[in-house]
Amino acid sequence: MREIHVDQVAETVARLVQEANFKLEDDVVGAINRAMNLEEAPVGQAILLQIQDNYTLAGTERVPMCQDTGVALVFLELGQEVHLTGGDLTDAINRGVAKGYTEGYLRMSMLNDPIKRVNTKNNTPAMVYIDVVPGDQLKVKVDCKGGGSENMSQLKMLPPSAGWEGAKRFIVEAVANAGPNACPPLIVGVGIGGNFDKSALLAKKSLLRHVGDPNPDPEWEAREQELLAEINKLGVGPMGLGGTVTALAVHVEVMGCHITALPVAVNIECHSHRHKEAVL
Amino acid sequence: MAKVYLTTPITDAQVREIKAGDEVYITGTIYTARDAAHRRMVEELAAGKPLPIDAQGAVIYYVGPTPPKPGQVIGSAGPTTSYRMDKYTPDMLKQGVKAVIGKGYRGDEVKSGFVQYGAVYLVSTGGAGALLAKTIEAAEVVAYEDLGAEAVRRLTVKEFPTVCIHDATGGDQYFAGQSQWVKPDAMVKPKKPEAGE
Ligand code: SF4
Repeated sequence: MREIHVDQVAETVARLVQEANFKLEDDVVGAINRAMNLEEAPVGQAILLQIQDNYTLAGTERVPMCQDTGVALVFLELGQEVHLTGGDLTDAINRGVAKGYTEGYLRMSMLNDPIKRVNTKNNTPAMVYIDVVPGDQLKVKVDCKGGGSENMSQLKMLPPSAGWEGAKRFIVEAVANAGPNACPPLIVGVGIGGNFDKSALLAKKSLLRHVGDPNPDPEWEAREQELLAEINKLGVGPMGLGGTVTALAVHVEVMGCHITALPVAVNIECHSHRHKEAVL
Repeated sequence: MAKVYLTTPITDAQVREIKAGDEVYITGTIYTARDAAHRRMVEELAAGKPLPIDAQGAVIYYVGPTPPKPGQVIGSAGPTTSYRMDKYTPDMLKQGVKAVIGKGYRGDEVKSGFVQYGAVYLVSTGGAGALLAKTIEAAEVVAYEDLGAEAVRRLTVKEFPTVCIHDATGGDQYFAGQSQWVKPDAMVKPKKPEAGE
């Protein structure tokens, strides 16, 4: 049994939300560099150059690369040998978010209630996801998710007869519909199977994968490539001004499901894919 | 596709010069407003009150910046998604606003509004908030301070970079640009602008 104080979790979250907003991780930088070579439209290349200049500047000056500094998604992989001490874990995570967003001059974008709509002024609540895993470590992954791309996400309970072709059409149509609204080039997170909520969770968690890392099942890796090719045929391009790179990557996660069901969820992420992790 | 340099306030003659696809660089004063501020402005108009901004020839930028760090005039300041303002945009155009800056698709009513009132829809690069902030020389809250990031600010900008998507004659650069690059066997084709616009 290993003890970890929840204050350590709070401090880690506070640091990660700032780092994520200031400095784009290498996997995303690499994907944008590859896009520079793949993009055929001059206007698309010009946008990609602006995107590169922007994240370089943000990293150097330690300012947020995008003004929507997002909702803080905090994913914990909690080793089952770990004993958390010092109080409520969720409270500690929210304390960390409040501290990080305040110290980092990040934007407070969270409201107390979807209809009453009063700003909480400290960017809480965080969205907290906890998985219990073997071991005595605590992995903290943070993703600062922008509203523009999240709003373009979709979920559908397809009939099983729709099959792969139906799922593919739904996913490609969701990306076409998002177009410039979601700040392409995109990372498209897809969850297929499970049930209504698990499909959405799979889609979200697929975004945590390093950009472009394939699904370990070769059959699903091939389907990811098929989806990426179909999406890049759309012509949407960087910021929707027309071009050959609409998505940087498609990540698909799958899970078994009921005989009546074919749930498909598409969680869209923009090029400002701000993620960061640490191990305690 | 031309490069157009504009100084605010924008005249009808200047609007007519801008064509969909042009790069438009704006110098002068622009006002920030997102959905919460738009809603208030439109409600105040309906109640017969004056707008907190001088709408004649004005440019409105859909942005909610991050707070400035010490020494900065403004934090990061890139565009937000425009469709959330669709409900309010025709009313603002009616008041004399000549250009709005955001990102993303607009509804049909808004697109006809640009033609009807002689105005343009410009976009800047979403996610390039740190870079775009470099063209902002001054920022001052002029209304609705309680809205925080969503308050109405007067920005002084120098050659703020945009691209025209909808011009005052019904041009649609999202459609034109995407049509050039869509593959013949794509599962979805770019959305055609409504006939007659
Ligand atoms: S979609 Fe992403 S890049 Fe675009 S404004 Fe929102 S957070 Fe920024």
